[in-house]
Amino acid sequence: MIILLGIVVLVALWFILSYNGLVSARNMVKNAWSQIDVQLKRRYDLIPNLVEVVRDYMAYEQETLEKVVKARQTAIDVSGVKEQAQAEAQLTASLRQLFALVENYPQLKANENVGRLQEELTTTENKISFARQHYNDSVMRYNTKLQTIPTNMIAGMFNFTAETFFETPTEERGPVKVDLR
Amino acid sequence: MSMQIASDLPAPARRSFYEEIAANKRRSVFLIIVIAALLILLGYTFGEAYGLGYGGVAFAVILGIVSGLASYYGGARMVLAASRAGEVNRDEQPQLVNVIEELCIAGGLPTPKIYLIDDTAPNAFATGRDPQHAAVAITTGLLQKLNRAQLQGVMAHELSHVRNYDILFATMVGILVGSIALLADIALRSMRWGIGGRRRSGKNGGGNAIFAIIAIVLAILAPIFAKMLQLSISRKREYLADASGVQLTRDPEGLAGALEIIGRDAEVLEVANRATQHLYIVNPIKPFEDRVKSLFSTHPPIEERIRRLRAMA
Repeated sequence: MIILLGIVVLVALWFILSYNGLVSARNMVKNAWSQIDVQLKRRYDLIPNLVEVVRDYMAYEQETLEKVVKARQTAIDVSGVKEQAQAEAQLTASLRQLFALVENYPQLKANENVGRLQEELTTTENKISFARQHYNDSVMRYNTKLQTIPTNMIAGMFNFTAETFFETPTEERGPVKVDLR
Repeated sequence: MSMQIASDLPAPARRSFYEEIAANKRRSVFLIIVIAALLILLGYTFGEAYGLGYGGVAFAVILGIVSGLASYYGGARMVLAASRAGEVNRDEQPQLVNVIEELCIAGGLPTPKIYLIDDTAPNAFATGRDPQHAAVAITTGLLQKLNRAQLQGVMAHELSHVRNYDILFATMVGILVGSIALLADIALRSMRWGIGGRRRSGKNGGGNAIFAIIAIVLAILAPIFAKMLQLSISRKREYLADASGVQLTRDPEGLAGALEIIGRDAEVLEVANRATQHLYIVNPIKPFEDRVKSLFSTHPPIEERIRRLRAMA
């Protein structure tokens, strides 16, 4: 009798722990996703400052600056997951181009404000990609729970559904392909 | 000793960080079990030899836990004070703070307290019992020598110690090893009066003498053996932190490059001592020539760590 009761208690305990584990894994995925948005917003806010500071020195690079400004606006305006990802990738590419150009202007590189802004944008770029990486890690952990025994039974009972990975748009993948050969 | 072979097997040529992490976790759990078994074996023979039952073991374990808890809760503050570390904010060190924040986003960790140690020797460490109470520290010397990617590698290694609960892990191992040392000490000290006392009571026969001999041998060997296991675990956790660091940055070259720079530097960190040496990214108190492969080192050799990192690329 006591043994039976013990088994029932253990099963109930396992049930509760597994269920809670699934819920917290799912919340982690959601939180990771919102972290990406936070960092993307930060980047929108920083870009006007950068363009403002850099503009005077880079008279001959108006085209690149325009591209950055336009890419930022598109990224803010666009809606839809796929379109959004594409616009963000465009923005990242245009910023990279701008940073590459800054290397050609020693005065600009020496400017304290530019240096600070560049560091801020670098860290924001990193935070965006790390936030995406963390999102994908969280999705992987959650999906693994959904698919493995025994938690998959509980997941099935309560309709937990698999989350989708964030995929880098094809433009951003371009250079990597060259390296692989 | 065979233990050494089990723990310091050369890594296979190529291994992803996922495999490295899994392998290192398995090995450290295995070593903990061996140490616990050693403690139980010592306690058992000791109890048999002196007819004390498990009183001695219980005493040693309780004392071990008390000292362990003290270091667990007060350790972070003590270590930071002993290293003369000062807390820094974003205005003073924007890049350092940024790099750490980036990695915390990658790992889903709260941002730890950040400390700077005013010392030209290149080193860094992490402390704190869990991610909510964590602190990372870096010397000014190291901060100056590294580029951004390398700084990121070093900090990813330190934050991985936090994320892997290495401080908790080291405390647990410390309690076990401390209990073994204490028990062995009690056993050896009680030799003198212990055997005399037995004769007077006259209850136990020759079987006891055998246990007494085994107890003496164990009392001498067990602490040394346990210490070696502890150091082996410490080295294991360093490899683990390297691999988990790569999981955060996805850039093995950053940490590998930083280790190369640190490895070239022969300077000894003045504020480090025996009690705090295991916390640092590389062993801070040994001159460079002594940082090579050793049974009695808290850290694996730097060249081997670099080799394993590059194999993950």
